[in-house]
Amino acid sequence: MAARLLLLVLFAVVAARVGAAAAYQPGSAEGHTIAGRIKIDAASAIAKGFGLPAKTSNTKVILNGGQRVTFARPDGYFAFHNVPAGTHLIEVSSLGYLFSPVRVDISARNPGHIQAALTENRRVLNELVLEPLREEQYYEKREPFSIMSLLKSPMGMMLGFMVIMVFVMPKMMENIDPEEIKQAQEQMRNSPVPSFSGLLARANS
Amino acid sequence: MAPPRHLLLLLLLGFLAAASLAFTLTAAVYEDQVGLADWHQKYIGKVKQAVYHSQKSGRRRVVVLTEENVIASLDLRSGDIFWRHVIEKNDPVDELSLSLGKYVVTLSSGGSILRAWNLPDGQMIWETNLQVSKSSKPLLHVLSNNKVAKDNLVFVLAGRWIYAVSSIDGVISWGKEFSLDGLDLKQIIKSPENDIVYAVGLAGSSKLNLYQLNAKTGETVKHIQESFPIALCGETILGSHNVLVALDETRSDLFLIELKGESISYNKVHISDLVQDLSGTVKLLPLMSNGVIALQASSTVSLLKLKGIDGLEVIQSFEQPAAVSDALTITEKDEAFAVVQHTGSEIEFVVKFTSDVTGEVIREKINIDQHRGNIQKVFLNNYIRTDKSHGFRALVVMEDHSLLLVQQGEVVWSREDGLASIVDVTTSELPIEKDGVSVANVEHNLFEWLKGHMLKLKGTLMLANADELAAIQAMRLKSSEKNKMTRDHNGFRKLLIVLTKAGKVIALHTGDGRIIWSNLLQSLRSSKSGEMPSALRICQWQVPHHRVMHENPSILIIGRSGADSAAPGVLSVLDSYSGEELNSLKLDHSVVQIIPLTVKDSSEHRLQLIVDSHSRAHLYPRSPDAMNVFLHEMPNTYLYTVDIETNVIRGHSLQKSCDNSADEYCFSTKELWSIVFPSDTERIAISETRKMNEVVHAQAKIIADQDVMYKYLSKNLVFVATVSPKASGEIGSAAPEEAWLVAYLIDAVTGRILHRVTHHGAQGPVHAVVSENWVVYHYFNLRAHRFEMAVIEIYDQSRADNKDVMKLILGKHNLSAPITSYSRPEVMVKSQSYFFTFSVKAIAATQTAKGITSKQLLIGTIGDQVLALDKRFVDPRRSVNPTQQEKEEGIIPLTDALPIIPTTHFTIFLSQSYLTHSLQVEALRGIVSIPSKLESTTLVFTYGVDLFYTQLAPSRTYDSLTDEFSYALLLITIAALVAAIVVTWIWSEKKELRDKWR
Repeated sequence: MAARLLLLVLFAVVAARVGAAAAYQPGSAEGHTIAGRIKIDAASAIAKGFGLPAKTSNTKVILNGGQRVTFARPDGYFAFHNVPAGTHLIEVSSLGYLFSPVRVDISARNPGHIQAALTENRRVLNELVLEPLREEQYYEKREPFSIMSLLKSPMGMMLGFMVIMVFVMPKMMENIDPEEIKQAQEQMRNSPVPSFSGLLARANS
Repeated sequence: MAPPRHLLLLLLLGFLAAASLAFTLTAAVYEDQVGLADWHQKYIGKVKQAVYHSQKSGRRRVVVLTEENVIASLDLRSGDIFWRHVIEKNDPVDELSLSLGKYVVTLSSGGSILRAWNLPDGQMIWETNLQVSKSSKPLLHVLSNNKVAKDNLVFVLAGRWIYAVSSIDGVISWGKEFSLDGLDLKQIIKSPENDIVYAVGLAGSSKLNLYQLNAKTGETVKHIQESFPIALCGETILGSHNVLVALDETRSDLFLIELKGESISYNKVHISDLVQDLSGTVKLLPLMSNGVIALQASSTVSLLKLKGIDGLEVIQSFEQPAAVSDALTITEKDEAFAVVQHTGSEIEFVVKFTSDVTGEVIREKINIDQHRGNIQKVFLNNYIRTDKSHGFRALVVMEDHSLLLVQQGEVVWSREDGLASIVDVTTSELPIEKDGVSVANVEHNLFEWLKGHMLKLKGTLMLANADELAAIQAMRLKSSEKNKMTRDHNGFRKLLIVLTKAGKVIALHTGDGRIIWSNLLQSLRSSKSGEMPSALRICQWQVPHHRVMHENPSILIIGRSGADSAAPGVLSVLDSYSGEELNSLKLDHSVVQIIPLTVKDSSEHRLQLIVDSHSRAHLYPRSPDAMNVFLHEMPNTYLYTVDIETNVIRGHSLQKSCDNSADEYCFSTKELWSIVFPSDTERIAISETRKMNEVVHAQAKIIADQDVMYKYLSKNLVFVATVSPKASGEIGSAAPEEAWLVAYLIDAVTGRILHRVTHHGAQGPVHAVVSENWVVYHYFNLRAHRFEMAVIEIYDQSRADNKDVMKLILGKHNLSAPITSYSRPEVMVKSQSYFFTFSVKAIAATQTAKGITSKQLLIGTIGDQVLALDKRFVDPRRSVNPTQQEKEEGIIPLTDALPIIPTTHFTIFLSQSYLTHSLQVEALRGIVSIPSKLESTTLVFTYGVDLFYTQLAPSRTYDSLTDEFSYALLLITIAALVAAIVVTWIWSEKKELRDKWR
């Protein structure tokens, strides 16, 4: 499942002046743009039962623990504009999937040089493909029918014991040599501890 | 012999299978259990802007923007939410508009972010960042010219900037910054004839500027400036297509400004000539075109007609409270608007045309629940009736933040959106079940009951078809047991009493979340003078037990009569069962801190101490009885205050009566200690204490090697975290070298610092929870660039030598010695920290009735869900290689990160699950855990914009059978066993007979 759900976060990072056109002389030219992409395999989203293939409609991308939040577009692209140089953290919140936070380093000296790495497993993302950590399991799965789990339950044990008593005990009795039984019975009669029946027998004799 | 045995075997196996299924225990819920013990309610908050989607066919929608920063699309027929987005608080949405009939365009963050959302499904289509001048006020206008189909531009005005953005793809068509200093653009007018737009701006409060721009290129065609003799307050509206109405700075004069192509001319009108009563703030209401404007004073709303720029004429005045809607275009020439005002318990809904203001199109009287307060906003919409005439409906926003749709004299639907802004929560028990009401009535006859259980059995064996599954689900949800209005044996049925920002108190039933009663408190309603009272806190007031059992419990609501913290407080006492206000009190002092005491007076009133801004404490209830009780407690009562601004924590004791006041219920405080944090290195980020009502079962902890550790269980333990000033900002703003976080454990009575630990390279935001003898806190580690969760456990060493059994027998122990904070405690502290994947919105710990059940941490995640994490994951005694004994004790091998992924071999012992399963509690703010009477189970209520409630059993329900338990199956099994016994007995008899014949 995890392999089918291919999540690609492509960080095309551009040190751009903010605003679309440079002619509007932005006030702070040192702002950088972090642009990336989230791709959730639509087929797997449907298979999972979360319904809509437009799964990205509620995918939020969070910069620095809530400093800025943006939403993924239909094609999965997102961008943060005017981000100062430094080390930043990007988290992705999407219902049904677990995303690793991403550490993004924007170099101040070397404009345009940006590094990204997953914080969970410290994998560096170069030409950056991020594999999904996993899909969330919100519900317990109903355990499939299995004999062993039946036998382990208290009622199962109760019944199991009964089965043993019904079928195995007679067999065991059968297997014992009849003479041995007699011997045992003799022994019991002659045992020093007087049983009630023994007492009765003696009284009769 | 063989065939009957096989049969029996099959029979037994069949029951075996069925029996085992009834016994599978669960940690998380199954998908078909959703909604059994939990409920989820979606809200949006108080609507501040509504735009109707004027589509001729299909589903009728209205797109709204709320004060909780939510944009949502609602079904106009039912009020249900089609889609909704909760935007972060630091990205406030200012304007909302529809474009092309299929996009919702929003402007946020002071005009710098423009987004378009797909109307049918809420998918974001594009986002454009705009560079706007920093000085601009968040007063913005989005103008989409739907009528001109060829360019579909959206205009954005913010400060000195004006942008034209294509609404199809968000590409900036042109943007322009006017070089004038202090310019603030106020209005944009599109000329109907040609491609000229007029932008009107104020520079330096008295210079009006008119720019004529080419709509296609943004070129400035003309610029006219006009100076005014008096400063303007910046509030302007468009009276008609070329007349601007502006208020002056003192709000006593109106300027009527005519914008001609070539020049600006203006005329001044005194408001006092038009409207007599001018107390309070005068506001212009944005009702535009055809020369009708609305003027709001504190007691009236007046409709004024423009006579060119020569003057104004009052058409009609309405007594406040009244609301006027925006104008709605009906025909090319005519526009309609609505006026809503109160007449007694009803509201009057009047629709007028701007062309004939004296006439009325509709006058309807609508009955409205009086607990909704006054009308605040109205949004008018029209529809075409079957006879081609115009019908009108309107969305009405009430004082309690609720949203109503009124049509044809009736309220079609209503949304209780005040619940999106909960301030505080408490619970109340339900009344005890009266004698004579039989529970047996609920369980109809035996046949029905068995049938239901057979159906359930079918469901668990996965034999049921879709219809049957639906029937099972309906049956489960319907089970009236959980929705009864009486107390239950397990304590699951309670009232959740919430206080909302609007000052409304609402009681929700824990069974299904329905509203039992609501009350908009008179004392917390905004007054005519425009003071906005603020709701602060809700506490238990009277919880009747033995002596006063016949009385209903009551709750206390504490608020302020103004937004300022020095404003005098207000108290209200409400009956928990009916919501009636029993008593209301206006205080003559302010409310800074509320301390619920643990003691009660003879009539079971909980004592409360309210500290005012002069550090004086006031005792409530004001009765001699309460006073007597309190005087006993007073020498042992200490308070502490955390002053974040001055970076100081102070401890106080109470002294008898205030110096200069005759009030005997007032106590002065004496400062005992203070901890001053150096402002240049540390700033208080958070302070946290234990929950007052927490119950701890075991004082000691027996560790693996038969050793005993005594927990340091002091109610006075305060956890304080400070961060370095540079690290007090957001992540990414500080370097690891200049960031640190210091965690303190402080005794609040003596001010003694019991423990202090510094985390270098760490920064906030810090979230913490204190429970029993431990603290868990969450912060960001800049060096590893990951979030971290740390735990501190504190143990009492002075009692550690009580382990000797002989000493205990001979009475040489100190267990019964009084514990005082003044003796120097010998404490031992253990701590550990772990990486945690996500940022966190809130942390809480589960609370159970007796405190025996192991604890779970309830973590509000970044995805607005609640993760239940076993406390054993954050145990400082975890080590890399636990010994066999430690393993038996349940210590988990140490890992550097807390697993979000439940690793398989732990799941048997440790549960970790999403409480909210596949639901989200948007904008999660608080998690409350309420103990039930059943020790294993706690009730969890989570609130944000949404509400979510569920039951949680941190160590599974070890003390009761789950709902899943099938009683029918148990009966069947017993019957089968009896049958088997009988059958085998008969067989054995037969066999014996045969043997005898042999």
